[in-house]
Amino acid sequence: MNLSPLHFCLLFSSGLFCIGLIGALSRRNAILVLLGIELMLNAANLNFIAFWRFSPNPENGHGILFVVFSIAVAAAEAAVGLALVISIYRHQKNIRLPEATRLKG
Amino acid sequence: MNTAPLILIALTTLATAAVAMAGRNLIHSALLLVASWAGIAAFYLWAGAEFVAFAQILIYVGGVSMVVLFAVLLTRNSRAELAISTDSLSRAVAALLAGGAVFGILVGAILRTPLTVSTPSAAAFNVRTLGLELMGTHAAALLIIGIILTVALLGAVVLAAPEPPEDAP
Repeated sequence: MNLSPLHFCLLFSSGLFCIGLIGALSRRNAILVLLGIELMLNAANLNFIAFWRFSPNPENGHGILFVVFSIAVAAAEAAVGLALVISIYRHQKNIRLPEATRLKG
Repeated sequence: MNTAPLILIALTTLATAAVAMAGRNLIHSALLLVASWAGIAAFYLWAGAEFVAFAQILIYVGGVSMVVLFAVLLTRNSRAELAISTDSLSRAVAALLAGGAVFGILVGAILRTPLTVSTPSAAAFNVRTLGLELMGTHAAALLIIGIILTVALLGAVVLAAPEPPEDAP
Protein backbone atom coordinates (compact mmCIF):
# COMPACT_ATOMS: atom_id res chain seq x y z
CA MET A 1 0.00 0.00 0.00
CA ASN A 2 1.51 3.26 -1.13
CA LEU A 3 0.38 6.30 0.84
CA SER A 4 1.04 9.77 -0.45
CA PRO A 5 1.71 12.76 1.86
CA LEU A 6 -1.84 13.93 1.14
CA HIS A 7 -3.15 10.72 2.69
CA PHE A 8 -1.18 11.44 5.87
CA CYS A 9 -2.53 15.00 6.00
CA LEU A 10 -6.10 13.76 5.63
CA LEU A 11 -5.62 11.08 8.31
CA PHE A 12 -4.14 13.72 10.62
CA SER A 13 -7.06 16.07 10.13
CA SER A 14 -9.69 13.34 10.54
CA GLY A 15 -8.02 12.26 13.79
CA LEU A 16 -8.11 15.84 15.05
CA PHE A 17 -11.75 16.18 14.00
CA CYS A 18 -12.75 13.02 15.85
CA ILE A 19 -10.90 14.07 19.03
CA GLY A 20 -12.80 17.36 18.91
CA LEU A 21 -16.08 15.53 18.24
CA ILE A 22 -15.60 13.11 21.14
CA GLY A 23 -14.67 15.99 23.44
CA ALA A 24 -17.67 18.08 22.42
CA LEU A 25 -20.05 15.14 22.84
CA SER A 26 -18.74 13.68 26.09
CA ARG A 27 -17.89 16.65 28.30
CA ARG A 28 -20.42 18.54 30.39
CA ASN A 29 -18.29 21.63 30.92
CA ALA A 30 -19.27 24.37 28.47
CA ILE A 31 -15.71 25.62 27.97
CA LEU A 32 -14.45 22.14 27.04
CA VAL A 33 -17.31 21.73 24.55
CA LEU A 34 -16.31 25.02 22.93
CA LEU A 35 -12.68 23.90 22.77
CA GLY A 36 -13.78 20.69 21.04
CA ILE A 37 -15.65 22.72 18.44
CA GLU A 38 -12.52 24.84 17.91
CA LEU A 39 -10.52 21.65 17.30
CA MET A 40 -13.04 20.54 14.64
CA LEU A 41 -12.75 23.93 12.92
CA ASN A 42 -8.97 23.61 12.97
CA ALA A 43 -9.21 20.18 11.35
CA ALA A 44 -11.26 21.70 8.51
CA ASN A 45 -8.64 24.43 8.00
CA LEU A 46 -5.96 21.74 7.92
CA ASN A 47 -7.78 20.00 5.09
CA PHE A 48 -7.96 23.24 3.11
CA ILE A 49 -4.20 23.74 3.41
CA ALA A 50 -3.44 20.10 2.54
CA PHE A 51 -5.55 20.14 -0.62
CA TRP A 52 -4.10 23.53 -1.60
CA ARG A 53 -0.51 22.31 -1.15
CA PHE A 54 -0.95 19.17 -3.25
CA SER A 55 -3.20 20.61 -5.94
CA PRO A 56 -1.91 20.94 -9.51
CA ASN A 57 -1.94 24.74 -9.40
CA PRO A 58 -1.25 26.13 -5.91
CA GLU A 59 -0.35 29.50 -7.35
CA ASN A 60 -3.98 30.66 -7.32
CA GLY A 61 -4.03 30.34 -3.52
CA HIS A 62 -7.71 29.60 -3.04
CA GLY A 63 -7.04 27.31 -0.09
CA ILE A 64 -5.07 29.99 1.76
CA LEU A 65 -7.80 32.57 1.15
CA PHE A 66 -10.43 30.18 2.50
CA VAL A 67 -8.36 29.50 5.61
CA VAL A 68 -7.78 33.21 6.29
CA PHE A 69 -11.53 33.89 6.23
CA SER A 70 -12.28 30.73 8.19
CA ILE A 71 -9.84 31.70 10.96
CA ALA A 72 -11.52 35.11 11.21
CA VAL A 73 -14.96 33.52 11.58
CA ALA A 74 -13.59 31.03 14.14
CA ALA A 75 -12.18 33.88 16.21
CA ALA A 76 -15.57 35.61 16.21
CA GLU A 77 -17.22 32.32 17.18
CA ALA A 78 -14.83 31.81 20.10
CA ALA A 79 -15.49 35.32 21.42
CA VAL A 80 -19.29 34.96 21.23
CA GLY A 81 -19.19 31.44 22.68
CA LEU A 82 -17.14 32.42 25.69
CA ALA A 83 -19.37 35.46 26.27
CA LEU A 84 -22.31 33.04 26.32
CA VAL A 85 -20.45 30.88 28.84
CA ILE A 86 -19.97 33.89 31.12
CA SER A 87 -23.64 34.78 30.69
CA ILE A 88 -24.69 31.22 31.65
CA TYR A 89 -22.41 31.38 34.68
CA ARG A 90 -24.05 34.60 35.84
CA HIS A 91 -27.48 32.98 35.75
CA GLN A 92 -26.85 29.55 37.29
CA LYS A 93 -23.49 29.98 39.06
CA ASN A 94 -21.88 27.07 37.22
CA ILE A 95 -21.19 26.17 33.61
CA ARG A 96 -22.51 22.61 33.47
CA LEU A 97 -24.39 22.28 30.22
CA PRO A 98 -27.13 19.76 31.23
CA GLU A 99 -28.37 22.28 33.78
CA ALA A 100 -28.55 25.11 31.24
CA THR A 101 -32.13 24.45 30.13
CA ARG A 102 -33.59 27.94 30.24
CA LEU A 103 -33.32 30.41 27.40
CA LYS A 104 -34.46 33.35 29.51
CA GLY A 105 -32.89 34.03 32.89
CA MET B 1 8.18 15.62 -0.08
CA ASN B 2 9.50 14.42 3.25
CA THR B 3 6.78 12.97 5.48
CA ALA B 4 8.84 12.36 8.65
CA PRO B 5 8.27 15.89 10.05
CA LEU B 6 4.59 15.61 9.17
CA ILE B 7 4.17 12.40 11.17
CA LEU B 8 6.05 13.90 14.13
CA ILE B 9 3.87 17.04 14.05
CA ALA B 10 0.70 14.99 13.68
CA LEU B 11 1.52 12.69 16.61
CA THR B 12 2.38 15.62 18.90
CA THR B 13 -0.74 17.56 17.97
CA LEU B 14 -3.09 14.60 18.29
CA ALA B 15 -1.59 13.52 21.63
CA THR B 16 -1.86 16.98 23.19
CA ALA B 17 -5.40 17.42 21.87
CA ALA B 18 -6.50 14.03 23.21
CA VAL B 19 -4.98 14.63 26.65
CA ALA B 20 -6.57 18.11 26.74
CA MET B 21 -10.01 16.73 25.92
CA ALA B 22 -9.71 13.91 28.49
CA GLY B 23 -8.25 16.04 31.28
CA ARG B 24 -9.82 16.87 34.62
CA ASN B 25 -8.24 20.28 35.13
CA LEU B 26 -9.54 23.09 32.92
CA ILE B 27 -6.35 25.16 33.05
CA HIS B 28 -4.25 22.15 32.07
CA SER B 29 -6.64 21.51 29.17
CA ALA B 30 -6.38 25.10 27.94
CA LEU B 31 -2.58 25.08 28.11
CA LEU B 32 -2.34 21.70 26.35
CA LEU B 33 -4.58 23.01 23.59
CA VAL B 34 -2.13 25.90 23.12
CA ALA B 35 0.50 23.27 22.33
CA SER B 36 -1.94 21.57 19.95
CA TRP B 37 -2.64 24.82 18.09
CA ALA B 38 1.10 25.50 17.87
CA GLY B 39 1.47 22.03 16.31
CA ILE B 40 -1.13 22.94 13.71
CA ALA B 41 0.84 26.13 12.99
CA ALA B 42 3.92 23.94 12.51
CA PHE B 43 1.94 21.88 10.00
CA TYR B 44 1.07 25.04 8.06
CA LEU B 45 4.77 25.96 8.01
CA TRP B 46 5.62 22.46 6.75
CA ALA B 47 3.05 22.84 3.99
CA GLY B 48 4.51 26.16 2.92
CA ALA B 49 1.66 28.44 4.02
CA GLU B 50 3.71 30.86 6.12
CA PHE B 51 1.11 33.60 6.39
CA VAL B 52 -1.55 31.19 7.68
CA ALA B 53 0.95 29.73 10.16
CA PHE B 54 1.68 33.12 11.67
CA ALA B 55 -2.01 34.04 11.65
CA GLN B 56 -2.69 30.78 13.53
CA ILE B 57 -0.02 31.62 16.11
CA LEU B 58 -1.29 35.18 16.55
CA ILE B 59 -4.98 34.34 16.74
CA TYR B 60 -5.09 30.95 18.46
CA VAL B 61 -1.89 30.71 20.49
CA GLY B 62 -2.04 34.40 21.37
CA GLY B 63 -5.69 35.42 21.34
CA VAL B 64 -8.17 32.58 21.73
CA SER B 65 -6.09 30.90 24.45
CA MET B 66 -6.12 34.09 26.52
CA VAL B 67 -9.89 34.46 26.08
CA VAL B 68 -10.33 30.83 27.17
CA LEU B 69 -8.10 31.31 30.22
CA PHE B 70 -10.04 34.44 31.21
CA ALA B 71 -13.33 32.55 30.84
CA VAL B 72 -11.96 29.71 33.00
CA LEU B 73 -10.85 32.11 35.72
CA LEU B 74 -14.06 34.17 35.62
CA THR B 75 -16.39 31.18 35.86
CA ARG B 76 -15.14 29.30 38.90
CA ASN B 77 -16.62 29.44 42.34
CA SER B 78 -13.65 28.31 44.35
CA ARG B 79 -10.19 26.94 43.93
CA ALA B 80 -11.44 23.40 44.38
CA GLU B 81 -13.82 23.70 41.46
CA LEU B 82 -10.98 23.87 38.93
CA ALA B 83 -10.78 20.10 39.17
CA ILE B 84 -14.12 19.52 37.48
CA SER B 85 -16.27 16.60 38.52
CA THR B 86 -16.14 13.41 36.52
CA ASP B 87 -18.59 13.19 33.67
CA SER B 88 -21.06 10.36 33.37
CA LEU B 89 -19.64 7.09 32.06
CA SER B 90 -22.49 6.23 29.70
CA ARG B 91 -22.17 9.62 28.06
CA ALA B 92 -18.44 9.11 27.55
CA VAL B 93 -18.97 5.62 26.09
CA ALA B 94 -21.64 6.89 23.69
CA ALA B 95 -19.39 9.76 22.60
CA LEU B 96 -16.47 7.38 22.08
CA LEU B 97 -18.66 5.06 19.99
CA ALA B 98 -19.95 7.92 17.83
CA GLY B 99 -16.51 9.46 17.39
CA GLY B 100 -14.92 6.08 16.67
CA ALA B 101 -17.57 5.31 14.05
CA VAL B 102 -16.97 8.67 12.33
CA PHE B 103 -13.21 8.08 12.46
CA GLY B 104 -13.60 4.59 10.99
CA ILE B 105 -15.73 5.85 8.12
CA LEU B 106 -13.30 8.70 7.39
CA VAL B 107 -10.21 6.48 7.49
CA GLY B 108 -11.85 3.85 5.30
CA ALA B 109 -12.85 6.47 2.75
CA ILE B 110 -9.40 8.08 2.75
CA LEU B 111 -7.43 4.85 2.46
CA ARG B 112 -9.53 3.55 -0.44
CA THR B 113 -9.41 6.77 -2.45
CA PRO B 114 -6.61 7.06 -5.00
CA LEU B 115 -5.40 10.64 -4.66
CA THR B 116 -3.32 12.15 -7.40
CA VAL B 117 -0.67 14.29 -5.78
CA SER B 118 1.31 16.93 -7.57
CA THR B 119 4.03 18.72 -5.66
CA PRO B 120 4.94 21.92 -7.45
CA SER B 121 6.80 24.53 -5.47
CA ALA B 122 4.49 26.68 -3.38
CA ALA B 123 6.79 29.66 -3.67
CA ALA B 124 4.64 31.12 -6.41
CA PHE B 125 2.08 32.21 -3.83
CA ASN B 126 3.78 34.52 -1.37
CA VAL B 127 2.46 37.10 1.03
CA ARG B 128 2.59 39.84 -1.62
CA THR B 129 0.33 37.84 -3.92
CA LEU B 130 -1.99 37.10 -1.02
CA GLY B 131 -2.27 40.79 -0.17
CA LEU B 132 -2.98 41.71 -3.78
CA GLU B 133 -5.66 39.00 -3.95
CA LEU B 134 -7.27 40.14 -0.70
CA MET B 135 -7.27 43.80 -1.74
CA GLY B 136 -8.28 43.16 -5.33
CA THR B 137 -10.44 40.17 -6.19
CA HIS B 138 -11.67 39.46 -2.67
CA ALA B 139 -11.98 43.03 -1.32
CA ALA B 140 -15.74 42.67 -0.79
CA ALA B 141 -15.27 39.44 1.22
CA LEU B 142 -12.61 41.15 3.34
CA LEU B 143 -14.97 44.04 4.13
CA ILE B 144 -17.78 41.63 5.00
CA ILE B 145 -15.53 39.61 7.31
CA GLY B 146 -14.50 42.84 9.04
CA ILE B 147 -18.15 43.76 9.59
CA ILE B 148 -18.90 40.25 10.91
CA LEU B 149 -15.99 40.45 13.35
CA THR B 150 -17.07 43.89 14.58
CA VAL B 151 -20.69 42.82 15.06
CA ALA B 152 -19.69 39.57 16.78
CA LEU B 153 -17.31 41.27 19.19
CA LEU B 154 -19.90 43.96 20.04
CA GLY B 155 -22.45 41.20 20.63
CA ALA B 156 -19.98 39.37 22.86
CA VAL B 157 -19.49 42.52 24.95
CA VAL B 158 -23.27 42.99 25.25
CA LEU B 159 -23.75 39.33 26.29
CA ALA B 160 -20.96 39.35 28.85
CA ALA B 161 -21.76 42.75 30.35
CA PRO B 162 -23.46 42.66 33.78
CA GLU B 163 -27.15 43.42 33.76
CA PRO B 164 -28.32 46.68 35.33
CA PRO B 165 -30.21 46.35 38.63
CA GLU B 166 -33.95 45.71 38.33
CA ASP B 167 -35.12 48.82 40.16
CA ALA B 168 -33.09 51.23 38.06
CA PRO B 169 -35.20 53.99 36.54
